[in-house]
Amino acid sequence: MSNEPRRAYLALADGTVFSGTAWGAAGSVTGEVVFTTGMTGYQEVLTDPSYFGQLVTMTTPHIGNTGINGRDPESLDSRPRVSGFIVRDPSPVASNWRTVEDLDPYLARHGVVGIGGVDTRRLTRHLRDHGAQNGCIGTEAPDSLVDRARAAPSMAGLDLVAQVSPKSRYAFTESREDWAVPFGGDRPFLASGRATGARFHVVALDFGAKRHILRCLVDAGCRVTGVPASTTAEEILALAPDGIFLSNGPGDPAAVTYAISTIRGLLGKRPIFGICLGHQLLALALGAQTFKLKFGHRGLNQPVQDLVSRRVEITLQNHGFVVDVASLAGRAHSTHLHLNDGTSEGLAIPDARAFSVQYHPEAAAGPHDALYLFERFTAAMTEAA
Amino acid sequence: MPRRDDINRILLIGSGPIVIGQACEFDYSGTQGAKALKGLGYDIVLVNSNPATIMTDPDLVRRTYIEPLDIESLTSIIERERPDALLPTLGGQTALNLALEAHERGVLSRHGVELIGAQVDAIRRAEDRLLFKEAMSAAGLECPRSGYARTLEDARAIVDMTGYPVILRPSFTMGGTGGSVVTRPEELASRVEWALQNSPTHEVLVEESVIGWKEYELEVIRDRADNFIVVCSIENVDPMGVHTGDSITVAPAMTLTDREYQRLRDAARVVMHEIGVETGGSNVQFAVNPADGRMLVIEMNPRVSRSSALASKATGYPIAKIAAKLAVGFTLDELTNDITGTSAAFEPTIDYVVVKWPRFAFEKFPGSDPTLGTQMKSVGEVMSIGRTFPEALQKAARSLETGKTGLDSLVHRVDYWALAEEKRPRDLQFEAPPAVQPRASRPPPAGSDLARVLEKLIAVPTADRLFHVGDALRAGLTVERVHQRTGIDPWFLHQIARIVTQESVIAAAPELTADLLRESKRLGFGDAQLAELRGVTEAEIRDLRERAGVRPVFGRVDTCAAEFVARTPYLYSTYETESESEVTLRRKVIILGGGPNRIGQGIEFDYCCCHAVFALRELGIETVMINCNPETVSTDYDTSDRLYFEPLTLEDVLAVCREEAAQGELLGVIVQFGGQTPLKLAVPLERNGVRLLGTTADAIDRAEDRARFDALLQKLGLRRPRAGIAHHGEDAVRIAKEIGLPVLVRPSYVLGGRAMMICWTEDELEAYVGLAIEAAREERGSPSLLIDEFLKNAIEVDVDCVADGRRVVIGGVMQHVEAAGIHSGDSTSVLPPYSLDSEVVAEIEEQARLLALELGVIGLMNVQFAVKDRQVYVIEVNPRASRTVPFVAKATGRPLAKIAAKVMVGRTLDDLDLKDGPIPMHVSIKESVFPFSKFPGVDTLLGPEMRSTGEVMGVATAMSLAFAKSTSAAGMVLPDRGRVFLSVRDEDKPAVCHVARRLRNIGFDIVATDGTARVIAKARIPVERLNKVAEGSPHAVDAINAGRIQVVINTTHGAQAIRDSYSIRRHALLARIPYFTTVEAALAVTDALEARHLLGDRSVAVRSVQEWHARTGR
Repeated sequence: MSNEPRRAYLALADGTVFSGTAWGAAGSVTGEVVFTTGMTGYQEVLTDPSYFGQLVTMTTPHIGNTGINGRDPESLDSRPRVSGFIVRDPSPVASNWRTVEDLDPYLARHGVVGIGGVDTRRLTRHLRDHGAQNGCIGTEAPDSLVDRARAAPSMAGLDLVAQVSPKSRYAFTESREDWAVPFGGDRPFLASGRATGARFHVVALDFGAKRHILRCLVDAGCRVTGVPASTTAEEILALAPDGIFLSNGPGDPAAVTYAISTIRGLLGKRPIFGICLGHQLLALALGAQTFKLKFGHRGLNQPVQDLVSRRVEITLQNHGFVVDVASLAGRAHSTHLHLNDGTSEGLAIPDARAFSVQYHPEAAAGPHDALYLFERFTAAMTEAA
Repeated sequence: MPRRDDINRILLIGSGPIVIGQACEFDYSGTQGAKALKGLGYDIVLVNSNPATIMTDPDLVRRTYIEPLDIESLTSIIERERPDALLPTLGGQTALNLALEAHERGVLSRHGVELIGAQVDAIRRAEDRLLFKEAMSAAGLECPRSGYARTLEDARAIVDMTGYPVILRPSFTMGGTGGSVVTRPEELASRVEWALQNSPTHEVLVEESVIGWKEYELEVIRDRADNFIVVCSIENVDPMGVHTGDSITVAPAMTLTDREYQRLRDAARVVMHEIGVETGGSNVQFAVNPADGRMLVIEMNPRVSRSSALASKATGYPIAKIAAKLAVGFTLDELTNDITGTSAAFEPTIDYVVVKWPRFAFEKFPGSDPTLGTQMKSVGEVMSIGRTFPEALQKAARSLETGKTGLDSLVHRVDYWALAEEKRPRDLQFEAPPAVQPRASRPPPAGSDLARVLEKLIAVPTADRLFHVGDALRAGLTVERVHQRTGIDPWFLHQIARIVTQESVIAAAPELTADLLRESKRLGFGDAQLAELRGVTEAEIRDLRERAGVRPVFGRVDTCAAEFVARTPYLYSTYETESESEVTLRRKVIILGGGPNRIGQGIEFDYCCCHAVFALRELGIETVMINCNPETVSTDYDTSDRLYFEPLTLEDVLAVCREEAAQGELLGVIVQFGGQTPLKLAVPLERNGVRLLGTTADAIDRAEDRARFDALLQKLGLRRPRAGIAHHGEDAVRIAKEIGLPVLVRPSYVLGGRAMMICWTEDELEAYVGLAIEAAREERGSPSLLIDEFLKNAIEVDVDCVADGRRVVIGGVMQHVEAAGIHSGDSTSVLPPYSLDSEVVAEIEEQARLLALELGVIGLMNVQFAVKDRQVYVIEVNPRASRTVPFVAKATGRPLAKIAAKVMVGRTLDDLDLKDGPIPMHVSIKESVFPFSKFPGVDTLLGPEMRSTGEVMGVATAMSLAFAKSTSAAGMVLPDRGRVFLSVRDEDKPAVCHVARRLRNIGFDIVATDGTARVIAKARIPVERLNKVAEGSPHAVDAINAGRIQVVINTTHGAQAIRDSYSIRRHALLARIPYFTTVEAALAVTDALEARHLLGDRSVAVRSVQEWHARTGR
């Protein structure tokens, strides 16, 4: 780093200012500031469409150690989705056998505004105590950054899906095998949820789907057709799917009213499996409510208990909104709960062969404890056939 | 599945004495486990032979057995206590092996004892490398290609398949004992032989070498409901090829993408399942090829370990405590994370970097090979926490107490020329170590010479390699080149390069601005390091920093990267913008811990520090601990009220004092309990306005400064050996002549008898003086030497006492078995004295009282005396906690350290109603344990320089029986019959006849070398003559190797005789034959063998410490 580092700031809407040095793309950016506690997987975070429009801070201090590789992006076009990236110590070097690019030029190339050298622990504690809120990263005077943070639209009520959902229908064929490392050690992971041949046609309502979910569906024996979020129930059924998948995505689920009515139109007609935003939308379609958590669940160490087996899964999570468990009453079974705060993690409507989870069973980044859910989905499609 | 109610009494096995590979971490895990299970209402019975542990405190559980960890004692304990269950997973490999033996011999089934926390099959699959490999292969995981050898021929056949290099791993050993790397065919035979000798099952795994691959370890927990969590990932900075215990390691893993990390996690889960670990903590080690990500499973331990202690301290997640609860039926979701109050069924995530750096003691074992390999050689470790890797790394470097202020340059401190030229001794050399030469002085290498020397040096892993790497980068080697030579990942090297670059910025800056200071601090630079770079004093830097307002803040170790509020004040310093210390308004005391374990300073001092905490807590005073040793009980967040995991340097301690003094009332700091480490800080702390509790720094100085000490003794009319102080070589010779040889030479202010020696001749004296002056300079900067008259054949006595300034209570008087001249830390101590008459003992106690009162001791004091011809001499006075405090407490039931801590905050002995206790109605013996087997090429003779790593205790109603117990606890299995080999120096010959006769009476055959045999034969005792090694085969070593010798008694004197007999001692050690190198020990073991013969019974009379104490009455 030959250039003298340029001072940059992160300003929060409540007036709190954090200083650091400019990094990644030049310029300034606003968005909701959230933290994620995963110690690995920053590349997946950067490219996860559910983080669309957010300024994300990684609580782990060293970021960029393994650079960027060609195989781990979670967006279908491999481009980053976060708006800003806040870290403690950007790595001066990338060291990994798969690295194709250093993180700093990658961020710059894709217009992600970064700030390094930030006291991310203080930031995280602040967000924990005062709640997630809007912020602005830039090199201008802190006061003006605070003003801009205040002027940014609130996440509540914001339909961000429209901005990340694909414009047209697509077929997805990539398997986890395409992503696998060709050596020992993958067998235990690949063995679960692995089926031969495409036995089912699944239409995935893509609200900003993570690539790895679609890979898991392919590996479970599904021919996957991704469709825009605005696709209607009739159009979907016209594709003659064996099952419907509701993807993850960014923003306030309650704002995605069109998708809620689509789901209502599909419920009971085909087996349905939802993840994250898909879980929230399914709940809303049933008439349940969602609300915003103070600072969300973001990380890959989140404990979820399966209420039937009592087993605990360590899961990847990335959500700011959550389904109100009480509001499910009579409409669906609550199948999974978060062990820490008892919030909704899963629901099932057995009659309709529909179920969903708040967390990310596909992981990437995260533990592979919940891959069985993809088999549960194919089992539901087998029963329905 | 909640608490099991079908079991009530649970037996816990500890790990025995501190040895290389098994240290305080098992006191930590055992104590945690015992507390957790007791808290659940179980009746706990515990056995451990190590008296210096917190887990053997009589207050911790109902019944505590300080007995040998062998099958006879365990069987007796089980017969006596009838436990429902045995939990063997908290006591290291020792406990696991013992439990397995008990199972195999049917002891458990016979008495209906259930093994909990581990299943026999799982232990076998994990420990037996062949079974392990088969299990991994069945699960689709790869291990390095390998095969199992029981003979050299087997090994050759396997190497044909794997090719060179190969790694040898003997089965069922800990800390990699006997393991090595073989790179060339001609090395194979000797190393396979060495490995087979070290394996109790005489088996060795010959394995494809993955030297240079990245090395990772996952600390994992599984419960009976198949819930599985990874507590911590650890990455080794030193790649494969260096034992994990000897590697610098980092948590969390730094150079893995999530994709790769999750592969390790998946594999670890499969390993747990496949091995069959149903509940508990384990670790799994992996090697990853940096070129293509290929992952191999290296090994797993189905128990808590040194790394799990590290993982617990690194994350705040108490693995041993959780594992203990899982063993009695709980599942993870039923347990709570103490720190956050959320569920224990989660994976900790951290927002800081933890570095573990091992501490070595090669200076104690001249002649040993300093190369690091698959056999662990470090004696301790430090851990440090920083927000970044460079910060944590430099904090760790200054925590080590090896004279470094950070990642210092060694160019002017070590002789790089000599290091680069040094020939590495081979593992299997049975020549005596060469005489130690004083260092040659020549200018250090510079420029391209330096680069060339370092390029060579860094390719070989050694204790200081990372410092050499720093110097290599300074000398202009590229990161790429250093990576090629060391295999260290470029990421780590770039971080080290940041430190090196910053050094030149600091040195070149016109002034140290606040920004530059802060930036440097954030890379972990210490004040002392900055001072050195700027050519000013540390105090000046501190002033400057204070004025600039650059001060550390304190972050919390919270298991969750701040996602939840942390209830526990477990803190580390860093240079950020917000402090989370939340200092209280209470009255408080800061206790300084002992730092890393090393020879001379270990668990005994951690015991004392913990006791200070317990005592002050009883008085309602808040306790604040500062320490940097992750193995210890003192660094459990549960031990003190507040824990600062920090280096024990003036800068770091002052920062904590400042923080804690900001609110509430800081009564003072206790520096007398943690050994030399905090003691060295006493004067500097006082100068910086910190109040010390108890005995004053001045009194400590009065006891340590030779001139002042002389004046003190003169005033009291006490006698001591004639002595003088030398400041250079000629001085030393002159003084020695005045005193008369032999003399004892030692540097002032040293630890564990470092560089201490008895010189019998003028030549020896001259050769040694240079070295001793060097050692004194390293330690203290003042190269003065103390030269004492050496009292030949005197009896040494240790006294531990407590004083309140007005009155003195004697804690215990201990007589050493070995004559004066053997370091007190290495000698065998007996409490009460066994051959001193009561008048002499009373005189000793009286002198101790006089000294304590005159010095104004408030707290603990230890005095060493020598008794010759009933005349008492004062050898040294230490107005602080001594190594023997825990032993005295276990022997007498009197918690001296606790009493002392209370006295130090103002309670009087009258308040506490304390008088000298009754003499115990039993004999307690402390025996030392040595790491000689880990250091090929090192002689086992004892001397004034301490070399033991740990201690065991034997208790019985008679000295002979107690000695039998302590000897077996120290790992020497005493035989009932067979041949005793005798080879002694002339002055021991009369005594040896006595020994020979008595041993013959109880059925032993006597063999001896020529001179000894002649004396024995003359006494009309039948004896077989054996050749000395120099006399040619068949000689004594042949007989040892052929299994013809069951006990070795070998005393020797004089350089030539020592060299001649070296291989006898070395082979006895390797063959695990009990060996004794002093005539006093020979007499003691004769007593022991006689006593056992008379009892005619191999079953051991065991009794808990609680019962022993009750018998005496307190």
